Amino acid sequence: MSDDIWILGITMTKFGKHPDKDTVDLASEAAMGALADGGVTMKDMGILAAGCLMQSNAGIGQQLQKQIGQTGIPVYNVANACATGATALRTAIMAVKSGEVDMGLAVGVEKLAGAGLLGGGGTPKSDKKEWSPSGRYGAVTNTDGRIGAASMPAVFAQVGMEYGHKYGGTSFELFAKIAEKNHAHSTLNPLAAYTKRMTLEEIMNDVMIAYPNTRSMCSANCDGAAAAVVVSDAKLKTMSLEQQRRAIKVKASILTSDPYQEGCQVLPDVNTLTKNAARLAYEAAGVGPEDLDLVELHDCFATAELVHYDNLGLCEEGGAADFFLSGATWRDGKTPVNVSGGLESKGHPIAATGIANIWEICHHLRGEAGPRQIEGAKVGMAHVIGLGSACGLHILEKSGL
Amino acid sequence: MANQIPLVDYLELGDQPHLKALECTSCGARYFDRRNACASCSGTDFRSVAVPNDGIVKAFSIVTFAAPGVPVPFVSAIIDCDGTSVRGNIINCEPSPEVVTLGMPVRLATYVLGTDDHGVEAIGFGFEPAN
Repeated sequence: MSDDIWILGITMTKFGKHPDKDTVDLASEAAMGALADGGVTMKDMGILAAGCLMQSNAGIGQQLQKQIGQTGIPVYNVANACATGATALRTAIMAVKSGEVDMGLAVGVEKLAGAGLLGGGGTPKSDKKEWSPSGRYGAVTNTDGRIGAASMPAVFAQVGMEYGHKYGGTSFELFAKIAEKNHAHSTLNPLAAYTKRMTLEEIMNDVMIAYPNTRSMCSANCDGAAAAVVVSDAKLKTMSLEQQRRAIKVKASILTSDPYQEGCQVLPDVNTLTKNAARLAYEAAGVGPEDLDLVELHDCFATAELVHYDNLGLCEEGGAADFFLSGATWRDGKTPVNVSGGLESKGHPIAATGIANIWEICHHLRGEAGPRQIEGAKVGMAHVIGLGSACGLHILEKSGL
Repeated sequence: MANQIPLVDYLELGDQPHLKALECTSCGARYFDRRNACASCSGTDFRSVAVPNDGIVKAFSIVTFAAPGVPVPFVSAIIDCDGTSVRGNIINCEPSPEVVTLGMPVRLATYVLGTDDHGVEAIGFGFEPAN
């Protein structure tokens, strides 16, 4: 018996368009799937943590209980930008770790198909034209597009370009090649929103959204849900051998926010909090980047994936471009990254993402990933960034049984 | 300049337009908005300082798709003004990756972004190529 926490059951729905299902339907499908995968029911759960970012005041947790089981357990509705799913999972993990409960359920769900551009915009000027300063900066009109961009594709374009300015080696083509990899990977993932292989030329000639990010280099807005059941080591030991064999050990569960850095008021710093999380996670897990058999990281845009190679210590500082060009992050490379297709191709139903990437890792560690199985995978990492910012990082290990 | 108003209150107009920031007197961290305590060192004393007008482009994106009502294309950029990072558009040049480059020297420039019903001009700012 130990303090270890295990993922007992986990699942994700198909990502894509689900016009006939609402958020409660999708969350229920994922939750029931995770419970069945773990061989347990709602009656076994001591806590529920749930997130749906676009409906973060709607009490998705309690709505879900009405649909699958109102057992009276504590519900934590969480919202933490794109790290919402990871935050829900970590909430359940903390509850089990505290000893208050021996099992918990975490669910993330989002309906985002057709949502279009996220971030930016603002209140249009009124018809009565009179400049009147308002808000924190005393702005007389909407500043998006006048004082830089507030939209996500442009913000993350600048994140990638900043890396290029600091270390060199980046180009439009390099970033496009990252998207080429992820679109190629998704062809093996039947649950991905998009499974079509795209050529580099198609990607570079796609609609330009915010240079250097074209449409196919942006995360795909779609519907989806994911859920996980976590269990204490003591409880797991009372379960069947099959449950113990398929259980995945949570070697590290880390959540960080962005510490102050010069410039963070004008461009969110997604680097320092990821570096901090990686350091803490490797320390907690007792492993290093060289031990990772696969990584799912937050490629909300192709420009973002590059910087996280460096932030997660997968390459030398400043060496992300060379590391990628070496082929290391393709599925047959040294450190396969986003073999699911990533957010660019698998899709990014915001609150589901931080659990769906854990599912991807678990799927490989269990040896159940079919044609896209990374052979012999023992240890994997799942990373998400919520702008604002929050970083969720989990290191997972297969059962020794 | 009673008939002019800045786009934001951290743009100082007059003979030599410039940006101003609130600087933490303990650690030197700079903010374009008010803070109750410094996000870097928790100091509570701030003074107003002028931000240098010259800088270099340390990140940019040429935005061709934006929220409704936002005119495109435009170049969003992060400028390193001698150690103070500033966000602004690159203006007075073609919005293309052949013209706008990382490390490019730029300087602050202002322009009239519109006039209201009382004849007051709103003055915006951006950064133009310095060479």
